[in-house]
Amino acid sequence: MDIDSSKIIRNFLIELVVYGALVVAYFILVLRSLGGWLTSLYDNNLPVYSIVALVLIVVQAVFLEKVTSFLIERLGLERLE
Amino acid sequence: MEFPIAGVTINPLVLIAIGFLVGILGGFFGVGGGFLAGPFLFWTGVPVNIVVGTDLAHMTGKSIVASNRHRTLGHVDLKLGVIMILGTVTGVELGAQLIELFEEMGNVDLIVGISYVIILLVISAFTAWESIRAIRMIRSESLDVKDVLAFQNITKRMHGIKLWPMVSFPGSGILSVSLWVVLGVGLLSGVLAGFLGVGGGFLRMPLLVYLIGVPTHVAVGTDLFEIVFSSGYGTITHALKGNVDIFIALVMHTGAAIGAQIGAVSTRFFAGPRIRLLFSALPLIGAILVIIRLISGGEGI
Repeated sequence: MDIDSSKIIRNFLIELVVYGALVVAYFILVLRSLGGWLTSLYDNNLPVYSIVALVLIVVQAVFLEKVTSFLIERLGLERLE
Repeated sequence: MEFPIAGVTINPLVLIAIGFLVGILGGFFGVGGGFLAGPFLFWTGVPVNIVVGTDLAHMTGKSIVASNRHRTLGHVDLKLGVIMILGTVTGVELGAQLIELFEEMGNVDLIVGISYVIILLVISAFTAWESIRAIRMIRSESLDVKDVLAFQNITKRMHGIKLWPMVSFPGSGILSVSLWVVLGVGLLSGVLAGFLGVGGGFLRMPLLVYLIGVPTHVAVGTDLFEIVFSSGYGTITHALKGNVDIFIALVMHTGAAIGAQIGAVSTRFFAGPRIRLLFSALPLIGAILVIIRLISGGEGI
């Protein structure tokens, strides 16, 4: 493995750690702030619940990835592309 | 940790581990991984109806992460993905109609189960045979290529169909192929998915490679792009029926999002035939799980 490859893999691992921390923080935030509301939404309004559920998953996937990319750029690390 | 919607208490680390494992497989092979995550979730005590919907929800997030990573690596053919979606959606509907027809005739579970096992075994055997031949070809001819197909007869025949309109897919290195061929392959994967009641990732990936001639890495990425839409749609329909526990899905996705990134990036270090050879084990595992279910009389998933 050349120096560039190991550098890129190291950067990828840093990116994973940042992303992992954000994903866990996001889940805890959702659980703490929306937990009760989501449960009552499930019991009383399934159409809204279904949309909110999809949005929460999409946000976890898309938004956190964007935030990670932004942070990685700010740290001056090269992304694996 | 208590999950009030599903009414179960599960260690979140177990869910994260399941998500991580399925995420790696999904990112590497371009599959949703429902055939593995489903039984695992059921094993943790989640009710059957919530297993399917929740699995689809976490699959949506995981596929977004993995397909986005594949896109940055140049492994997603967006044009091909969009056209395939049109064929797949129609196919899923036809497959569902086929199921209804068999339901009227009776014994639908047995017919679907046996069809499922046969299709999975054929895919597994063919992919293993072809990829081993391709690996030997690369070795014996010292080819300096990332991907090669050892069996191109079907692909050549498909490309020989000159039915207007012809389309090109520069992202997949395909200069000209009939639009109807692409729609047809999408339709076929959709019919099989709808008939067998699965997401269809492990059907679509080999079909893209062997029928349309898409390079393996691009087939993986494009397949994941399609799964985003199919599982997203499935999430909504299941959530409307109360079959999605968003808390379980979010915990699973915590592991899956990391696993999917690792799986997607790992494809960079494997040549196409090696990915296909490893992939050939997946349908085999799926077939074994269905055989166990058929023998046990349909208990579990």
